[in-house]
Amino acid sequence: MIELAQVSRSFGARPVVTDVSLRVATGAILTVVGTSGSGKTTLLRMINRLVEPSTGTIRVAGRDVRSVAPHVLRRGIGYAIQGHGLFPHRTVAENIGTVPHLLGWDRRRIAARVDELLGLFRLDPALYRDRLPGALSGGEQQRIGVARALAAEPPILLMDEPFGALDPIIRGRAQEDLLAIQRRYGTTIVLVTHDMDEALRLGDRIAVMDAGRLVQEASPAALIGAPATDFVRLLLGGRDRAFQLMALRVVDELVEPGAAPGEPIPVGTSVRAALAESLWSRRAALPVSRDGVILGRVTRAALEAEGAEP
Amino acid sequence: MSRIPRVLTILLLAGLGGFLTKPEAFAALFRPFAPGDTPPIYAQTPLLTLAVNHLLLVAAATLAASLLAVGFAVVATRPAGRDVLPFARAVANLGQTFPPVAVLALAVPVVGFGTVPTLIALVLYGLLPIFETALTSLSGLDPALREAARGLGLTGRQRLVQVELPLALPMIVSGIRVSAVIGLATATLGSTVAASTLGEVIVSGLLTGNTAYVLQGGLTVAALAIVVDAGFRVLQRKAARRAGFPS
Repeated sequence: MIELAQVSRSFGARPVVTDVSLRVATGAILTVVGTSGSGKTTLLRMINRLVEPSTGTIRVAGRDVRSVAPHVLRRGIGYAIQGHGLFPHRTVAENIGTVPHLLGWDRRRIAARVDELLGLFRLDPALYRDRLPGALSGGEQQRIGVARALAAEPPILLMDEPFGALDPIIRGRAQEDLLAIQRRYGTTIVLVTHDMDEALRLGDRIAVMDAGRLVQEASPAALIGAPATDFVRLLLGGRDRAFQLMALRVVDELVEPGAAPGEPIPVGTSVRAALAESLWSRRAALPVSRDGVILGRVTRAALEAEGAEP
Repeated sequence: MSRIPRVLTILLLAGLGGFLTKPEAFAALFRPFAPGDTPPIYAQTPLLTLAVNHLLLVAAATLAASLLAVGFAVVATRPAGRDVLPFARAVANLGQTFPPVAVLALAVPVVGFGTVPTLIALVLYGLLPIFETALTSLSGLDPALREAARGLGLTGRQRLVQVELPLALPMIVSGIRVSAVIGLATATLGSTVAASTLGEVIVSGLLTGNTAYVLQGGLTVAALAIVVDAGFRVLQRKAARRAGFPS
């Protein structure tokens, strides 16, 4: 668990983060969203003491971060940044093994962990282990950057615009990978982004920063349903709130007994995708299947109701 | 990067080796430049001895200049050493702009004749190229790398040794190369204060009006410089490959 209590930071006379209190539950993903200059990156960097707060306290797992030497603290917290920051003179395996090496793991354990992580990110260890970062694509570099952050199995992972430099398709895949890994290890994640869609997609909770202040901290549905300020509304894009909400929800709860024509959609499909399919194929109801077995159907009316103001 | 083809460098090295071990074999070549019936090849001291002394002197000076300059650059790029930067810059600049001849003239009354004043002049003269390249490469590191290294929990010393120096090495080697080549030429001046260098041949040629000697000294120093330069370029490419730069 991460707790921030009345944390402020100014650079000279300029306040960058003002009086932020936050709590991230163990195993949850908090996305911090805001425009550039909103203080979101500074907020993140205070958690692993890359920046020290001017006032306020930060606790990680109940312990004040100031009670631990910065480099020791950082070895226990994963850190992934935009532009990955891979060491160009070190192989993929050496890059991923950086923190385990600092922690004094033996060579065999590091090698096993490197191969495990490469496999997890769908990169063949035999092929990638000994390459230098310069010989990788942008998407591969980014995955190695996240793998390096996760190498020592940190309970907490901090990410600063980790997918900012990727094209939309690779970005979508990277987000899926992150969610899968988070489910697997139960890592607590704080992820900074300027992209509200990314924040909504990844976050269990979303913190919106504006001019150094925390203006709202809520679940994605609550944020869309009741934006606290005009700034939050502006970030959400305003007009298609109904679809944003539908994108967060899945059809599973809406399945009712009965038959419907055509190709079934699998459980887990988002309401938004199901509605689109219903409109596109001119079907008032769609069959829903799990592992090829038809469970029932979902009607367009039921789908539409999900887009109404909560 | 302009460079001499490897074949030519090897030929040059072979020619240089041949000349230094058996200079008499080249007598006919220098005959036309020697006045009257004076010997065309310098024989007061064996050329090989002078060349080896010359190389050792420059090697010692370059090594000392490298340690000093890289040390200064490392200190100047640490957060605590920012105040050192103007001082280090001033020393390096002064060393480069102050004529080595003047350094020799000032050093001789203090430390006497011979190798020591020459060494002092060479070290001072060789500082700047190394200091500037080391400073540029250490402070020009990709900020994302610096940030990542800190964020992963490397201590200041670990960041320097494991990340900053290996990545700065190719440029530092290039600075050392320039410094060594300048040093090879400058070291000839040492013979005016009785240091044993190839300058002795040139000085003797000038004093006796024997152009053959001047040519022998000058060409030998030039050939040494080209070979040393080529050697450092090989090292530089190796360092660049190890730093993960595309070759």
